[in-house]
Amino acid sequence: MVKDMVLGSEAVALGVKLARPKVISAYPITPQTHIIERLSEMVDNGELDASFIRVESELSAISAAMGASQAGVRAFTATSSHGLALMHEVLHWIVGARLPVVLVNANRAIGSPWNIWTDQTDSMSQRDLGWLQVYCETAQEALDTVLQAFYVAEKVLLPIMVMIDGFILSHTLEEVVIPTQEQADEFLPPYEPEYFLDINNPLSFGNAAKGDVFYNLRKDIQRSMEASFGVINEAHNRFDDIFGRRYDLIDTYFIDDAEIVFVIAGALTGTVRVAVDKLRNMGVKAGLLKIRYFRPFPSDLVRSYLTDKKHVVVLNRSLSFGSAGQITQEIKNALYFEKDKPFIYDYVLSLGGKEVFVEDIVKLALNIDSLETSKILWRE
Amino acid sequence: MIEIRFHGRGGQGAVIASKILAYALFLDGYHTQAFPTYGAERRGAPVAAYVRVDNSFINVRSPVINPDYVIVMSGKLADTVDVSSGIKENGLILINSELDVDHYTFEERCRVVCFDVNRIALKYGLGTKIMPIINVPILGVFAKLTGLVSIDALKKATPKFVPVKAERNIEALEEAYNLA
Repeated sequence: MVKDMVLGSEAVALGVKLARPKVISAYPITPQTHIIERLSEMVDNGELDASFIRVESELSAISAAMGASQAGVRAFTATSSHGLALMHEVLHWIVGARLPVVLVNANRAIGSPWNIWTDQTDSMSQRDLGWLQVYCETAQEALDTVLQAFYVAEKVLLPIMVMIDGFILSHTLEEVVIPTQEQADEFLPPYEPEYFLDINNPLSFGNAAKGDVFYNLRKDIQRSMEASFGVINEAHNRFDDIFGRRYDLIDTYFIDDAEIVFVIAGALTGTVRVAVDKLRNMGVKAGLLKIRYFRPFPSDLVRSYLTDKKHVVVLNRSLSFGSAGQITQEIKNALYFEKDKPFIYDYVLSLGGKEVFVEDIVKLALNIDSLETSKILWRE
Repeated sequence: MIEIRFHGRGGQGAVIASKILAYALFLDGYHTQAFPTYGAERRGAPVAAYVRVDNSFINVRSPVINPDYVIVMSGKLADTVDVSSGIKENGLILINSELDVDHYTFEERCRVVCFDVNRIALKYGLGTKIMPIINVPILGVFAKLTGLVSIDALKKATPKFVPVKAERNIEALEEAYNLA
């Protein structure tokens, strides 16, 4: 293990390299570009024994990753924003074909108007596909989560989307402990799928399926999602044993006695941590619940932490227009059957990279009594 | 926590300078973080880059609005961009300028130092007369003025981010450090 300073995007590339994928297909888009730049260098200079497929669009990038995965090898791609949107059709197909593709999305707003900065609209727009979704707070978490993602995807036979925030994580230079290849190999065994395209053993993949069969295949996807909790926990335990870093489906900070809990996903969690420290110093009982896995959504765990709280402020960086912030929907859903529920505030914290300062979060807590629960809350 | 803000124009190397400084501070044993504010990257547009230094992991990810130190890559920028904005009382603004410090007046109570880094950059063949590349030597001036970062760590960090003309940059860095 060696401690170094790398960009969030480089941390992803290092995690991918340690996972030894056989095929990487990608198309550059800000703010994801550094990831595949680094990977293409690694392939070029022999550090990574993989095929790097340059394609003419994101639709081709994800199609090539799907083809590679179907041929039985570990496949990776990365994108952002409009690129993820362009992949949409094939993202569905990969789930139905039960292929463990790993995709890193550098979260970026989608136009119009044109905007390269971060929010979570791009990935939240893909939440219903059947891809597992993980949101990362730090470069370390990004590296570690990429390794875990291959492990989980290949056991569950569902694809995983790992999110890093554009710029505020992808372009931030920060300290990362880089695992050794031996550790990574101990954690992540070679990918040996049971079914794959093989000229010596012809099988049909993705053939037509009428309602009864189709219905059951979709039920299997949901069952696998439900079963993935166990696999994710197993991956986290194994990871802790080998690397000495502990992860969970969610993370909490000062939550036990908190009266006001902020819920957030992604890199701005760090800024909220600092706000919680500040509020605690002022005598305000604030706490934090970080959503790491958004799909599958860890409702039981969330419920166990939030049921007895007084105020829950959900800090969304995307929303379903005409409804609510996507994270708020999940929190409300998780708490619906509880007798004593907290006040849940549906707050749109930032879109398109609108800057968020510690003071913005502190003020929210100090003005908690003036917040309404009956509507979406916006910044001034 | 100590916070540093760089002001430059696209192509002047402010972002690279922030990375070298953060890396050097990391080598000196601190926890650090460096990141830029980007428009779309393009030559000539004003850019800001930030470095934070602390004794524990840095969680906050917002832009630096109350810097302890400000580094301005070219004097002309200080005429058009509000470089002193939010600077802490008795903070330091270091400006790459051949002009006298009296040329620059700021409302905030802070220390201003002008240093002609262009001259050193040109002496070591860094950039052109129209656009000298001063992002490494200006860190030498910063190190001497503040004592925050060691010159040895800066020398080690430089080639990691400036693979081209690394030796000349390190020589310029040392000269700037010695003259400051």
